Amino acid sequence: MHELSIASGILEIVGDYVPADQRSAVKAVHVRVGALSGVVAESLEFSFAAITAGTPLQHAALVIHRVPVRIRCNGCQHEFETDVPLFLCPKCESGETVMLTGNELQVVEIELEDQPAEAS
Amino acid sequence: MSIVTVERKVLAKNDEIAAQNRTLLARHGAFAVNLVSSPGSGKTSILERTLEFMKGKATVAVIEGDVQTDLDAQRVAKFGVPVVQIVTNGACHLEAKLVQDALERLNLNGVRLLFIENVGNLVCPSAYDLGEAMKVVVVSTTEGDDKPLKYPAMFRVASALIINKIDLLPYLTCDVETLKRNALSINPALKVFLTSCTSGEGIAGWGEWLLQHLSKG
Repeated sequence: MHELSIASGILEIVGDYVPADQRSAVKAVHVRVGALSGVVAESLEFSFAAITAGTPLQHAALVIHRVPVRIRCNGCQHEFETDVPLFLCPKCESGETVMLTGNELQVVEIELEDQPAEAS
Repeated sequence: MSIVTVERKVLAKNDEIAAQNRTLLARHGAFAVNLVSSPGSGKTSILERTLEFMKGKATVAVIEGDVQTDLDAQRVAKFGVPVVQIVTNGACHLEAKLVQDALERLNLNGVRLLFIENVGNLVCPSAYDLGEAMKVVVVSTTEGDDKPLKYPAMFRVASALIINKIDLLPYLTCDVETLKRNALSINPALKVFLTSCTSGEGIAGWGEWLLQHLSKG
């Protein structure tokens, strides 16, 4: 249950990229979450909604792009995806494998609604 | 509609502080071990046994992480080693900043080995780098041999696995070979130790292995 601190981390990053007066225009925040990042997508969505409620970001959607665990075998160079927590190469059964993806926990991009230009 | 490209790790700030911790520890020549496990697997007992073993062999300090109370710090302090308690007040894991603050309260002069006992939790601590040299995961035989398959992320990032409470094996259905095989299928590089804190079995092997890392450093 560290999704709340992850959600705060996402908010901080949004704050770094979007000036305070434009935050109500944030339509969506896209994040990449690896299958082995230790983050539960549903809890993260819930936490994000909870901490943005009543703030300028309350209408911003959190869009989670899930990344599967992808492995490369150092023995035979075979690459495969796995949804079971086994990292053995299915071809040559070597355990000498490298995890290519699956650890991700990143903010990818922020979508902003165009705001009508205000008369200065 | 406009798009702002970000491409930033959510835990980038934590990782930055962890890197600072790592630099500080390296400057003092202290080798840091982040001990992780579920609650009740025996992290503190292993720590006590290891402190006994290290007496006269290496100067040790301890950072204790707990959700509430300083009971573990009191247990460790009995061994005459410097100990700093972090109480997370409900948070389920330690973060690099908490460890950085704890390090400020710890005199690292002469310390060769630093244990950071994480909050009992096999999920969240796997995501947080604290600046340690290695994570060591503890599983007790009473938790069952399928534990690594249920919490693969932690076993993937750990360098060593301690299977604790082996003195209870005659009373359990847990099969150590299955447990080992499950762990190694997730991380073949895991160094595995079998220990009992009741009999002391296996502690010397684990302790000697740690000492080898210190001499390398």
